[in-house]
Amino acid sequence: MSRFIATRAIRGANRIVQEAEDLLEKALAEHGPDTKVTFPNTAYYLPVILGLTGREVATLGDLKPALAQAGSLLHPVPRDQLWTPYLGEALDGGVATLLAEEAIMGIKYALGEQPERLDGYPDLVTAGGEGYCNGPIDDVQLRAWGIQLVDGRMPGFAAIVGAAKSNEVAVKIVRELQMRNILVFLCGNVNGRSIIHQLLEEGVELGYDTYIIPFGTDTISAIYPLGFATRSALTFGGMKGGQAREILLYNKFRVFAFVLALGEVDDLKYATAAGAISYGFPVIADTVIPEILPTGITQYEHVISMPFDDIEGQDDLERAERLVQKCIEVRGVKVKIAEIPIPVPYGSAFEGERVRKDDMRIEFGGKKARALEYLLMRDPDELEDGKIELVGPDFDEVEEGGAMDVGIVVEVGGRKMQKDFEPVLERQIHYFLNAAFGVQHIGQRDIAWIRISKMAADKGFRLKHFGEILYARFKGEPWNSIVDKAQVTLITDPEEMKKWLEAAREAYNERNVRVAGLTDDAVEEFYSCTLCQSFAPTHVCVISPERLGLCGAYNWLDCKAANQINPTGPNQPISKGECLDPEVGRWSGPEEFVYQHSNQSVEHVTMYSIMTDPMTACGCFECMVLVIPEANGVMIVSREDPSMTPAGLTFSTMAGIFGGGLQTPGAMGVGKYYLTSPKFISADGGFKRVVWMSSFLKETMPEEFKAVAEREGVPDLIDRIADERSVTTVEELLPWLEEHDHPALKMPPML
Amino acid sequence: MSDKRSMDPAAVEMLKRAEEMHLSTAFSRAEEMKPCPIGADGRCCKICNMGPCRLVKEGQTGICGATLETVAARNLARAIAAGASAHSDHGRDMAFALIAVAKGEAPGYEIKDVAKLLAVAQDMGLETEGREVEEIALEVGQVALSQFGQQRGELIYLSRAPEPRQEIWRKLKLAPRGIDREVVDILHRTHMGDDQDAEHILHQALRCSLADGWGGSMIATDVSDILFGTPSPLVTKVNLGVLKEDEVNVVIHGHEPTLSMAVVDATRDPELIEYAKSKGAKGINIAGICCTSNETLMRQGVPSAGNFLHQELAIITGAVEAMVVDVQCIMQALSDLSDKFHTKLVTTSPKVKIKGATHIEFDEHRAPEVAREIVRLAIDNYPNRREVHIPEVLADLVPGFSHEYIRYMQGGYYRASFRPLNDAVIAGRVRGAAGVVGCNNPRVCQDEAHHYIVTELLKNDVLVVQTGCGAIANAKYGLLQGEAALEYAGPGLREVCETIGIPPVLHMGSCVDNTRILTLLTEMATEGGLGSDISDIPGVGIAPEWMSEKALAIGAYFVASGVYVLFGVSSPVEGSEEVTRVISQGWEEKVGGKLEFEPDPGKIVEKSLEHIDKKRKALGLVEYDPSRFGRSGDRRMQEWLERREKGEPVSLYKEAAP
Repeated sequence: MSRFIATRAIRGANRIVQEAEDLLEKALAEHGPDTKVTFPNTAYYLPVILGLTGREVATLGDLKPALAQAGSLLHPVPRDQLWTPYLGEALDGGVATLLAEEAIMGIKYALGEQPERLDGYPDLVTAGGEGYCNGPIDDVQLRAWGIQLVDGRMPGFAAIVGAAKSNEVAVKIVRELQMRNILVFLCGNVNGRSIIHQLLEEGVELGYDTYIIPFGTDTISAIYPLGFATRSALTFGGMKGGQAREILLYNKFRVFAFVLALGEVDDLKYATAAGAISYGFPVIADTVIPEILPTGITQYEHVISMPFDDIEGQDDLERAERLVQKCIEVRGVKVKIAEIPIPVPYGSAFEGERVRKDDMRIEFGGKKARALEYLLMRDPDELEDGKIELVGPDFDEVEEGGAMDVGIVVEVGGRKMQKDFEPVLERQIHYFLNAAFGVQHIGQRDIAWIRISKMAADKGFRLKHFGEILYARFKGEPWNSIVDKAQVTLITDPEEMKKWLEAAREAYNERNVRVAGLTDDAVEEFYSCTLCQSFAPTHVCVISPERLGLCGAYNWLDCKAANQINPTGPNQPISKGECLDPEVGRWSGPEEFVYQHSNQSVEHVTMYSIMTDPMTACGCFECMVLVIPEANGVMIVSREDPSMTPAGLTFSTMAGIFGGGLQTPGAMGVGKYYLTSPKFISADGGFKRVVWMSSFLKETMPEEFKAVAEREGVPDLIDRIADERSVTTVEELLPWLEEHDHPALKMPPML
Repeated sequence: MSDKRSMDPAAVEMLKRAEEMHLSTAFSRAEEMKPCPIGADGRCCKICNMGPCRLVKEGQTGICGATLETVAARNLARAIAAGASAHSDHGRDMAFALIAVAKGEAPGYEIKDVAKLLAVAQDMGLETEGREVEEIALEVGQVALSQFGQQRGELIYLSRAPEPRQEIWRKLKLAPRGIDREVVDILHRTHMGDDQDAEHILHQALRCSLADGWGGSMIATDVSDILFGTPSPLVTKVNLGVLKEDEVNVVIHGHEPTLSMAVVDATRDPELIEYAKSKGAKGINIAGICCTSNETLMRQGVPSAGNFLHQELAIITGAVEAMVVDVQCIMQALSDLSDKFHTKLVTTSPKVKIKGATHIEFDEHRAPEVAREIVRLAIDNYPNRREVHIPEVLADLVPGFSHEYIRYMQGGYYRASFRPLNDAVIAGRVRGAAGVVGCNNPRVCQDEAHHYIVTELLKNDVLVVQTGCGAIANAKYGLLQGEAALEYAGPGLREVCETIGIPPVLHMGSCVDNTRILTLLTEMATEGGLGSDISDIPGVGIAPEWMSEKALAIGAYFVASGVYVLFGVSSPVEGSEEVTRVISQGWEEKVGGKLEFEPDPGKIVEKSLEHIDKKRKALGLVEYDPSRFGRSGDRRMQEWLERREKGEPVSLYKEAAP
């Protein structure tokens, strides 16, 4: 701290704690202590209060001791002369501020005053509703981002507080962050103007899909980003409420976040910033404020002032760019921006952005046309590296909003390239193309569907830019370690298209056969995935052909490719070794590997059983499988499903209990494609044990489950499995299963 | 007002008054009597009655054949043992006090810092869960006490040191077995006809000193914190100007906080204040001298009348009704001097009587009663006051830097650590750290070396921690204020001070509290980035104006803990090249720390910086370069605000005028 900042932070802290206490007294008097206090769709109560104090706030009455604790962290402001030290005191004030701010938001939720409604902005659509700011990010979204946060694709988040110098600057700052895949959290205002207003006025799409989350136009809503940070530690780090120091240090070292204060900084902003600094998040301001450059609480500088007009640059846009660069530097994140010669911004923050029909220049695929994508391996000598060819006309002649066929053929070669990697690489096309601003990509293979927006087309985006993107990405890290040469052909010529379609379909078939033949028994090696150990240090995924990683993002082939790409990385081959028990899927190799790589905390592991030494669970699994002893079966809840389950727990609560690298017989986190594997808890009776399953799964994978049901010899099995629409308690479940004659009831006892 | 006797204007003023009144002081006696040249160099052996032998010629031995190095080594070892026993006996008394408090037998005292009690209990391996505070306190007291009489094994607090340091001690058989045992061992082996291998004698001196630093003194600090509270920063004043012309002045002097805390309480007793008023005084003023002052300064903010050489000067003001003393560093001259004034000299320790003084024996079982008796005596003496001359010299200071607070201040309740300090050293913002401690010595100009060395170090971005009389010395010149960082510190150090809000010189307590520095060094060594042992840290220990045997014990335990220690004034082993070599080069090879005597303060600074840079290099840290730092802080914000206040055009988006 500097004394200037400490004075304001401590003053702000004292004031906001008082404000929270007053608000609470009033709410208690009017509504009583038993009034429920909850944030929507989270299992973590009020997460900052839970994390830092261990208190599970569920009612207004529960807030009293939490605020008392905040009060105990308050100190007097430093004297003008003969001051006593103020850094520790100001940081304490910062934490007190966060506790108070979260209490205020808790009270406002109880009173129906959150999330904040923004009148006059009909385009604002968030998880908080139409015309509303977002409120806290729900657990589902947090987990959905989990793997990207873990593997570094999403470096972290920027909490922007205040308003930019101009709308133009606001948009530029946000675009720069999006290009680096940094989550953008918006809050606060300067004299009533918020960056949220600025972006909405400029038509910027806000919401989970674009990585830009508007939390609220007051400073207090900055508590939501810090709640997100706290829950990251609880969700992925396996920490428990009350482990304050561990949670804060986890954020310092693992969550690459920073605060960008735009416009004048007042007492409450300083106080909130002091709270953020305790999380190790540095603060960068675009105005004149004192700087705090010595490091320690944060990994790099604590507070940086970059008065906007003093930033070198030709114009405000360039200054905005430099400002963002500095923010990233201060957090010590190495963020490489893919330098791709296309006329639109590029970054995975743009992956989720939609191109609506009205905004669309052209589409490929969909109902009216066909889009094909096919990646194949070639002898490098046959390839002309960097060649991008368009066979047939571009889309200029097609009317606005129209459709045309396109084939995207990527040919790659390299000494380390293998035929098996073709589908692994081909699957990347979706992510690569989607990351261009103004391009929307859905599907794969010959059922791909791509849209280009008018904006992108106006800026000059044409078909060859697909080639530019794909070439740049496959020749960029990390793929360049297996791809030495690449060339891309874009095909719109009908004859040529036909030819390639046939070739691609033949290849798809071959691949399908190959994958079907890829069984656990047919290979000598499984692969580890310890990527999540940065978050859950004792978690080890063992990935076999018939059991993909529990995050759903890595199957056996992915791991094999990843190991080629980075031989010392998190995906290591595990020689199966001696088979110790074929039924539960116990091999000497995985047992030893898991023991060694779990800090010797997990001694045994099986591949096919939920009851006997099941695999550990990190935090970003797609589904939770849990034994229901009463029903002699298991239930499966997907992370998208926020509803109550027969276990009496929601997904989030279960994840909190069983995640973080723990091994719990009877509970297992899995990737959803493991559900369809013949080896799915085969030691315990297989898929027929499933008595309850989130409807989300049934609806998103109907074909796959149909095939499973047939394989299991009960063709209507899926209809006999209950879901949250019919059953949410174990009492309801049993009669329902009997009524539907579920096979599990006749199976041998699980326990 | 430059004076070769003292750089302190208050002292100079009092010395002038002493001259006018024809009073003898330590200053004048030092001028009149030169040090014995034979003893000063360590050449005098008076261990047996065949001597005393004076070894002044080349190759000369004592009657028994003892060589010069044996004699010098024995003298040094005995001095270290005496110093260690003084500190440790202080620790023992504190342990007794804790036991009495735990048993409910010590009215007026309480377990003030339960958190510290629990932390100490845990370090001692005691069960704390589900136990009453008193029960834990009793066991902590008993374990502490057991450390003194323990015969085998090793002291419990050694486990607080960095692991590699413990290994060195064990490997070299330096780990002390019991506090008293190591002292007795030295007295035995330096008896006529025992250990006559200088290096071997001095090896035991190191072991004995460790029994002080990681034993007796550490117990003294810990128990004082438990009973009287772990210090945290506060604002108070220092120098003779704190004495009050119209109040009863009680000056407490010595070392142990048990007595002084009780006296402080008594001076705040409304009944006694009323009594003082009945005698014509406006109230009761209490001030400290020497390390008693440091104890009360650190915890209650009781003003300090000055350091060691101020003890006589305080009396010369004519304003002191009673000077209450306990143990250590109390000049016998006070007795005669107080006779020349109305001042009552009150001795209180069962161990310390001074002829001519009033003895009111202190007993922790009836502390408030004894303290009230003493304060009443002072009040009764107020009407006897004659001419009063209090120098109007005083300065503000911010003391109270326990290592616990230093940890807290670097991150608050939730993020407390030594990371920021280590980071600052690693980055080169802080070049290194120096502990500048120890006494005053009338053989050199009072406070001058303390002040010179510290200001030079600050200029070079060395963070300074101080204890004892050295801390009071620099407090008198304003170095112990946050403002001093802006004025005296180099650019990097200033940034760090400004970030945390600390003075560039941290007052860590009395001389037994040098153990806090050991803990601080351990924290730095284990925080990461600065090696793994105390000897890896770019730091030095300096005692510029030392005079007591305790200083030698402290110096030795810092060396044994891995620190380069420089002593000023003169060397007590000057006569023996071999002993001089053993304690520097020899010890450095063994334990990584070394002891050197260097009378020239300029050279002390030079050697300190050289050593700090050497350690930086060994750690692979960037070369110290102050030009890289100094940008942060409030300065430019203040300039911006000033411009705005003046009505000049300003923009939030621009530092300079738009």
